[in-house]
Amino acid sequence: MRPFDYIIPKDHAEASALLAEGSGAARAFQGGTDLLIRVRGGFIRPERVVDLKSLPGMQEIRLGKDGWLVIGAACTMNQVAIHPLVRERYDLLAQGTASVASYQLRNRATIGGNCCNASPAADTAPPLFCLDTIVELYGPGGVRRLPIADFYVGPGRTALQRGEFLTSIHLPPSPTGAQGVYNKLGRTKVGDIAVMSVAVYAWPAATQSGLTWRIALGAVGPTPLRAPEAETALAADISPAGVVAAAQLAAGASRPIDDIRASAAYRRDMVRVLARRGIEKVLDLTGLRDLSGLGGAA
Amino acid sequence: MNHTIHFKVNGERYDLSVPGHHTLLQVLREQLVLTGTKNGCEAGECGACAVLMNGEPVNSCMVLAAEADGAEIVTIEGLAHDSQLDPLQDAFIEAGAIQCGFCTPGVLVNARALLNRNSDPSEPEIREALVGNLCRCTGYIRIIEAVKMAARAGKEVAG
Ligand SMILES: Cc1cc2nc3c(=O)[nH]c(=O)nc-3n(C[C@H](O)[C@H](O)[C@H](O)COP(=O)(O)OP(=O)(O)OC[C@H]3O[C@@H](n4cnc5c(N)ncnc54)[C@H](O)[C@@H]3O)c2cc1C
Ligand code: FES
Ligand code: FES
Repeated sequence: MRPFDYIIPKDHAEASALLAEGSGAARAFQGGTDLLIRVRGGFIRPERVVDLKSLPGMQEIRLGKDGWLVIGAACTMNQVAIHPLVRERYDLLAQGTASVASYQLRNRATIGGNCCNASPAADTAPPLFCLDTIVELYGPGGVRRLPIADFYVGPGRTALQRGEFLTSIHLPPSPTGAQGVYNKLGRTKVGDIAVMSVAVYAWPAATQSGLTWRIALGAVGPTPLRAPEAETALAADISPAGVVAAAQLAAGASRPIDDIRASAAYRRDMVRVLARRGIEKVLDLTGLRDLSGLGGAA
Repeated sequence: MNHTIHFKVNGERYDLSVPGHHTLLQVLREQLVLTGTKNGCEAGECGACAVLMNGEPVNSCMVLAAEADGAEIVTIEGLAHDSQLDPLQDAFIEAGAIQCGFCTPGVLVNARALLNRNSDPSEPEIREALVGNLCRCTGYIRIIEAVKMAARAGKEVAG
């Protein structure tokens, strides 16, 4: 591997200053599971890596006074996946984090690294999009907050400015009765990167169907995507025909490409299939499936 | 730029000087000559380089040696105690779960971590835990059998 210096900054200001120096000479480093691969491959040539893990709060998960859950950017996938509050209130995110790679990789891969790497296939992204997540950034201009959808700008591109880094991920209080399902298609049943994925999330509300919906898609666009037409359709109609129509609308929201892992056409059709399965499972979990007329049909 | 690290490997203290870009795998194999830990892919895919870091399994090819400052590392060389094999090692021999042996150190370390956190894993749990350990020889069936055997043996000792 091409030589670089490894630096542990003493505070946020020093971290920001180190990252701002030189153009692309310094790189933020957490679990290194994306970064080291890219250095080995010669895709990036940092002169120094700045390990952000031990800055205050980076490895902490805490409940804020306002009921928001704050997850430090350097929390590992395993740490998030087994955290009691995540499992109890944000099980959708627990499913996403638990689906990443292997157990030993999840001891290193962090939730913040997953966001900052900005892969459209990032497994935390569809859950975070459904949960209306806000990310907090620290930089030369101070602290700012952004909705997750504005943080993802393009493949491998985020809204981070020079000298800025991600400090934490903020989840709003989960609505009573909320249920979520993350379905990921890989070449193998577990452990593989997503060919594509669909997160479905819903909670009881005063809509025509009794539920408000969120649907987010992974690896079928330049960034993770929401499927707003499908969400609106499900707020009105959760009959069997309504579910089929919504799954089709979700497929319509995707903008996939052909690549080595799958063709665009296959990905689009799998959005329809995994969206339907996810919606049906969420209806099961909310206990509304029988009312929707789907009965016990598998 | 070199870093001085103080850490424990298999119970022994070491003070080393390591370059910032060297991985824990490199330092274990090349500086400490603990060559039981294997370099399969250097990409986090194969698990041949798995070691325990503060009790949890990690791929040592994806950890910088400088990050191991203050850590306790256990490698395959540290699984046996006083020439007494780990029950998993006995089970691997008994079940014939080893062929060329290249994947075996990583599988054993990762399986030890599994049994430490779950002394009685189901077959799906064993498969899930070992998904990041690739073996091109055995077809995995005997590896899974061996982990089950070791879990049973552990229960008999405990019970
Ligand atoms: C074998 C293997 C399998 C994988 N499987 C999956 C999978 O199934 N699903 C999946 O989603 N991903 C997968 N990945 C990708 C990777 O593990 C994840 O994206 C992981 O979450 C990255 O986190 P990290 O802490 O290791 O990031 P790092 O490698 O440390 O950093 C990633 C990028 O983000 C930047 N960065 C890190 N932290 C910050 C910060 N706080 N602020 C600003 N920038 C920052 C870094 O500079 C770098 O560009 C896999 C990787 C490997 C090697
Ligand atoms: S050598 Fe580390 S995972 Fe293959
Ligand atoms: S025994 Fe040869 S790779 Fe597993």
